[in-house]
Amino acid sequence: MIIRGGIVYDPANGIFGEEMDLCIDRGRIVEDAKGEEIDAHNLLVMAGGVDAHSHIAGAKVNTGRIMMPDDARLGLEPATAVCRPSTGYTVPNCYAIGYRYARLGYTTAFEAATPILESRHTHEELEEIPIIDKGALTLFGSNWEVMECVREKDLGKLAAYVSWGLRASKGYGVKIVNPGGGEAWGFGANVKGIYDPVPNFDVTPAEIMRSLAQVNESLRLPHSVHVHFNNLGKPGNYTTAIESLDLFKDIKPSQTRQVVHVAHMQFSTYGGTSWNDFKSEAPVIVDYFNKNHFCTMDIGQILFGSATTMTADAPLEYGNAHLLHAKWSNNDIELEESSGVVPLVYLRKNPVNAIQWAIGLELALLTKDPWKVILTTDHPNGSSFVNYPEVVSLLMSKVKRQEELSNIHELASKRTTLPGIEKEMDWCDIAIMTRAAPARILGLEDKGHLGVGADADVTVYDLKPDEMDPSIQHDLVKKSLATAKYTIKGGVLVSRDGEITATPEGRTFWVDASVPKEDEERMMEDLKEKFDRYYSIKLSNYMVQDAYIPNPVVIKAGALPVEEVAP
Amino acid sequence: MNGQEMKTRTEEDVLCSFCGCLCDDLVVEIEGDNVKNVRHACRLGASKLMGHERIRTPMIRKNGKREEVSYQEAYDRAAHILVNAKRPLLYGWASTVCEAQKKGVLLTEMVGGILDSTATVCHGPSILGIEERGLSGATLGQIKNRADLIVFWGCNPAEADPKHGLRYSTNVWGFFTPEGRKGRNVLVVDVRQTRTAKNADKFIMITPGSDFEVLSALRMFVAGKGEFVPEKVGGVPRAELFEVADMMKAAKFGAFFFGLGITHSRGRAKNVGNALALIAELNAHTKFVVMPMRGHYNVAGIGQVAAWETGFPMSIDFSRGTAYFNPGETAACDVLSRGDTDAVMVIASDPASNFPRGIMENLAKVPVIQIDPYENPTTLLAEVVIPSAIAGVECEGTAYRMDGLALRMKKLVNSPYPSDEEILSGIIESVKKLRGTEAEANAPKEASA
Repeated sequence: MIIRGGIVYDPANGIFGEEMDLCIDRGRIVEDAKGEEIDAHNLLVMAGGVDAHSHIAGAKVNTGRIMMPDDARLGLEPATAVCRPSTGYTVPNCYAIGYRYARLGYTTAFEAATPILESRHTHEELEEIPIIDKGALTLFGSNWEVMECVREKDLGKLAAYVSWGLRASKGYGVKIVNPGGGEAWGFGANVKGIYDPVPNFDVTPAEIMRSLAQVNESLRLPHSVHVHFNNLGKPGNYTTAIESLDLFKDIKPSQTRQVVHVAHMQFSTYGGTSWNDFKSEAPVIVDYFNKNHFCTMDIGQILFGSATTMTADAPLEYGNAHLLHAKWSNNDIELEESSGVVPLVYLRKNPVNAIQWAIGLELALLTKDPWKVILTTDHPNGSSFVNYPEVVSLLMSKVKRQEELSNIHELASKRTTLPGIEKEMDWCDIAIMTRAAPARILGLEDKGHLGVGADADVTVYDLKPDEMDPSIQHDLVKKSLATAKYTIKGGVLVSRDGEITATPEGRTFWVDASVPKEDEERMMEDLKEKFDRYYSIKLSNYMVQDAYIPNPVVIKAGALPVEEVAP
Repeated sequence: MNGQEMKTRTEEDVLCSFCGCLCDDLVVEIEGDNVKNVRHACRLGASKLMGHERIRTPMIRKNGKREEVSYQEAYDRAAHILVNAKRPLLYGWASTVCEAQKKGVLLTEMVGGILDSTATVCHGPSILGIEERGLSGATLGQIKNRADLIVFWGCNPAEADPKHGLRYSTNVWGFFTPEGRKGRNVLVVDVRQTRTAKNADKFIMITPGSDFEVLSALRMFVAGKGEFVPEKVGGVPRAELFEVADMMKAAKFGAFFFGLGITHSRGRAKNVGNALALIAELNAHTKFVVMPMRGHYNVAGIGQVAAWETGFPMSIDFSRGTAYFNPGETAACDVLSRGDTDAVMVIASDPASNFPRGIMENLAKVPVIQIDPYENPTTLLAEVVIPSAIAGVECEGTAYRMDGLALRMKKLVNSPYPSDEEILSGIIESVKKLRGTEAEANAPKEASA
């Protein structure tokens, strides 16, 4: 396949809006190819989008579906020759997730949080999501074995457990959510700060985060630790964010990437002491990111309208439900985590929601290096991923931002710096934020760029970047990005003008990290005891079987030199 | 085996395919392809795994008599019935694995039918309650390790889920519950003194049909508005209800299990909503979780599978092409009682034993396809009978425990029967073939040369 004449933005390879042909053969970008030609003359061409943080599969997503038939009714689409019926908006059915990402020009999405114990369910859903490649980040932040290793200061054993946990869950990386809080929630409590000891375990969230980050690097995992901070969603929590970030400062990355990725930074950028004097502290947070190079973030933009909050931060969800008088689901996971789901609506005229909206945009616009900040809505916590084009159009147009600011609660203009921000992003920034940076941050070498050898995931948008001004024509930006002209996934045309043309199965990335045998043996002693005494299932029934990963891509990592596998 | 001694072996950590406890600690002794003994199971589970007389071959009713046919003939006949029905109902799904359930959703979409599960006559009202309130839950291991108060309301695990107490709730010991039963309070609320009630620390017998009122009274006490509670509610004195509310608030970790006593007595979904609200409100005082006591081993699974595949957990009507969910209109009993379905496929369940009589009369009027390992009263109504392998014994696959935990069922022995998944795939192929033939017949004829 050849994609002819597009205006290509491939920042990872230093290509910033050049007219060029792209050749595809056997699912990869190649020097030269034959076959079908796609006419992309003058049109915007980028690598397929990569979503590094999205809640698309597993128990909490399905809990959202089950408690909200009203949401399912919002997205009805009938079956077609290649598509199964679609339902849902904030919590679409599995098929709709695949089709809608493809229509947006996205070809990869990572589920942001799966408890090890419930990973079989997560993979059952991932398997049903068509077209896109995917992976899942495994939760370790309130895990008994993790906390005991941290308490004993036995990082070798901790590494062995992380390696085993990734294998057991077929997970891709280390996710930490409100460290220690999930355990405290077991008796209805929470941790109040990074130095507040976890009840009954005699470790602090700070120790959990640092130890897991150290182990993450000793295991040479492709992705860094991926952290949802303590006190998330609370006024004044920016100090917790800065304190937490400082924990990672002196840890050396095992590869050229960040040491910590901060999930949905917007929810941890709050000033004030209560909801009454709630305000943005984005300049302080961004200043930290501008001065330091060990951390990256995704913005976790909120958009007005309905959302479904779902997180392993269970006390937060209880608080949300209590505050909003909303329906509330909770799920505690024995020895590992807790989680919650609360549907809500973000309102233009609500001062807190208006400020939250502005903070996400501030974070993206004020951060100097677009490689440090990626676009997410923490789907479906801030908004559905289908609304990414709205976020892009806001980032590219000051005019649009001013229009929106004049329509929302006035405190968004008074308690944030957004009104004074002149910056308007260009296509290069957008290509970085939506493709190149998330791929690099996740450590996906063949994603997010269009160099020879990369996965042939390509998006052509029906938009002529050299003949339009995104600042003025923000409506056109939004419309064109919402429905890609062509989305090509692994060399197959999967979407044309919004019509799904093929539904190949996606692949699932997971990480197999090796550790020294003696560490593993020591760790297994602990685990055997835990399964004999405390888990409600047998060790032999715990690990996710290979049957649940029909199209695996196994990334080898580990503390030991990686052994060559015979071809 | 030509007189040779049959090989015996033992499988450990086997999952039980009886109730929603989905115990995974069974030890099964196998001789050749026969289960010879089941250890560590309750009597219900052991008897399920040991099995009994099977349906031997596929059968089709011809001229009032059932004739033995090949599987292919049975698939073709099933496909013919489903394709030619205007609004077929594909019902059951509780006692099979998720892999089969997924095929079932696909088949229902293809034939524009209604998919519903046995939850409709079981915990369907619980799902409606969850839609209203959400559900504050936990895995069973969390309860085992932490709960110092167990509430059983309208359920009788001592007889229906015999190992529940030993593995997960009343009698098990865990990390924060080292004393097991001694360290726990057990509260039972029911309309009669069940075996579960006999082992309770406190038993409250309420008037049948008064669950909603009793739950409301407890909510008032929890909210500090006890002065508005009348002297007697549901036959229980006010002081006793006050004591119960206090017991719940005083627990460090409470777990509330409920069964059909709530979901199928007067109030139904409203009872469940009220119970879920009570638990949510208790969390302002302490930690409390709630869980429906699911019956069949994978009835939770069909709810999960249907939700991720269609967006809805049950009662899904595809006759309009898109998924439509409106229990009261689209549940199995709704369409059957109105005579609003013209063919029924029953898989892994036995509606003839469980549905109300009026509904059964309507079921008897339409062609019925049955997929099941065993003969049961539904077999008597069936026009097509397709025997299947037993999931969790003869074929593997996924099942969801009552707390929503997914586990993998094992294949223990070989079977001459195809799995539910294979049977459904066979019917799907027959539907495609039939549709293809129809399309060909309807295609404009090209002029011959």
